[in-house]
Amino acid sequence: MLEHLARRIATILPTLVFVSILIFGLQQLLPGDPALILAGEERDPAVVAHLRETLHLDEPLPKRYARWVWNVLHGDLGESVRSQEPVRQLIAEKLPVTVELALLAMTIALAIGIPAGVASAVGRGTWWDHAANAFALWGISTPNFWLGILLILLFSVQLGWLPASGYVSPFEDLRANLAAMIMPAFVLGNAIAAVLMRHTRSAMLQVLSADYVRTARAKGLSERTVVLKHALRNALTPVITLGALELGTLLSGAVLTEQVFTIPGFGKLIVDAVFNRDYAVVQGVVLVTATAYIVLNLLADMAYVAANPRLRG
Amino acid sequence: MAAVLDGDARASELAALPPEAGPWKRAWQRLRRRRPAMLGLAVVLFFIVLALAAPWIAPYDPIETSWSAVRQAPSAAHWFGTDDIGRDVLSRVVWGTRASLLAGVVSVSIALLFGVPIGLLAGFAGGAGDALISRITDAFLACPFLILAIALAAFLGPSLTNAMIAIGVSATPIFVRLTRAQVIQVKVEDYVEAARAVGNPPWRVALRHVLPNVAAPLIVQATLAIAAAVIAEASLSFLGLGQQPPAPSWGSMLNTAKNFVDNAAWMAIWPGLSIFALVLAFNLLGDGLRDALDPRQR
Repeated sequence: MLEHLARRIATILPTLVFVSILIFGLQQLLPGDPALILAGEERDPAVVAHLRETLHLDEPLPKRYARWVWNVLHGDLGESVRSQEPVRQLIAEKLPVTVELALLAMTIALAIGIPAGVASAVGRGTWWDHAANAFALWGISTPNFWLGILLILLFSVQLGWLPASGYVSPFEDLRANLAAMIMPAFVLGNAIAAVLMRHTRSAMLQVLSADYVRTARAKGLSERTVVLKHALRNALTPVITLGALELGTLLSGAVLTEQVFTIPGFGKLIVDAVFNRDYAVVQGVVLVTATAYIVLNLLADMAYVAANPRLRG
Repeated sequence: MAAVLDGDARASELAALPPEAGPWKRAWQRLRRRRPAMLGLAVVLFFIVLALAAPWIAPYDPIETSWSAVRQAPSAAHWFGTDDIGRDVLSRVVWGTRASLLAGVVSVSIALLFGVPIGLLAGFAGGAGDALISRITDAFLACPFLILAIALAAFLGPSLTNAMIAIGVSATPIFVRLTRAQVIQVKVEDYVEAARAVGNPPWRVALRHVLPNVAAPLIVQATLAIAAAVIAEASLSFLGLGQQPPAPSWGSMLNTAKNFVDNAAWMAIWPGLSIFALVLAFNLLGDGLRDALDPRQR
């Protein structure tokens, strides 16, 4: 187990180095002098000179990259041009909102995707299987920002049950928080539920034809025990790893969902930063997202190994 | 039991095919038997015709405003209604097909153009070059697709062309990884060894003997990637980073529509339905192609 962990970390380190080069390199895509672009339309020479100095634009590229990495490693992601606040602070303020949205969305996705996948595999070829497959196709083909607008139209405009936008902290008013988060969480969870359903279905189909399941049936165990205790427990192991890969979809989807429902999270931070030409914030958000993605995938991989004794070595 | 029946059905399906038919012809014949895939193909062709014939099909100029026809509900004059500045929604949906299809095809072409040769090189060469390419690919894949595309579009500047480049670059690592994995499987096959043994140079072995044998999964992935690229373009346009106003695009139409959802719902219905239909069609076609071209993944 420890050896496996060490091997995985050894492959992650070069990936993180390349991620940092990629994110630092984004700045080089800016057409022309970054100081002139960042100085805004007025291009005040004093501001341009200040930016050139603070961004160390006169230094050679490798030196600037080394300085940037050094700062990142010390928790300094730069400063927002717009609000003059440290990027780290901005991210720390917005991250809990997106984490809550992501957790709720994942809960919804698991609650829909896994039972639908199990039922679809158990009733292969039945109307239920066809309905679950149609749901999966719907889930992966529907743009989540459109689904968000449709839900606002139904539950906020027509029925008046839920607020169309806004965010209330759960520590202030949990009920109002859940009322504001349920639609965005469903929108975000819908697409992931579809993918989880497909993974669960194919894993269950494989497991259900295994010898030990046949043995369990031959022992006279009820179908419910066979499916839930013997088959599902084993089928869920690959679903953990494949589900973790959906974290990217979750984070990408959060950008759009937060925009539709005006939720002040991580996604809204990057979009606002793009329009304010606040490039340090854009870089900070991408860096934190990529690092979180890599670490969570490592954790999922570890969970997979821990759950599967044959891989422990 | 179902698996056995499926196996029998496939065996009879294969037996029904003429033995002299080539692999592509046989794949097409298998595809033709899959109704959802054919429905997907028909919808894709419908949208292609719509995009090509937009000037003749659209009843109005898609960017012409009319202050006397602001936010009008669907009627005989405006089948899909009008938007917040009196533009005909149907005409904008028809013209918007161009941006979506163009983004889907161009960005996936970019991803194929870079991804396939790099993946071929990594898989074929192996060693340090492969390790380097694989780590760079991992780095790209660690950045969620849309977030990377947003960051690239932000630094390149908002426009449809830059959105297509951003989506293409973000999708490239998927093709690098897929091509590499396929090449590693194929390069140890006897026919590749034979091609090498008779003295073919490596580039010829790669292009003439390996590439055609890894094409099937790439075609399947490309079809599914077009679906993802259509959604990505709509997403970037929805955020204001794709097609710029007043040019029509389904994503930017939805961005405007979300502000008028309480009194002009039709502005949101049609562009969203169009994205859904086109993406669903590519997904159905992709799933069908997977069954027809890549039997191992069934």
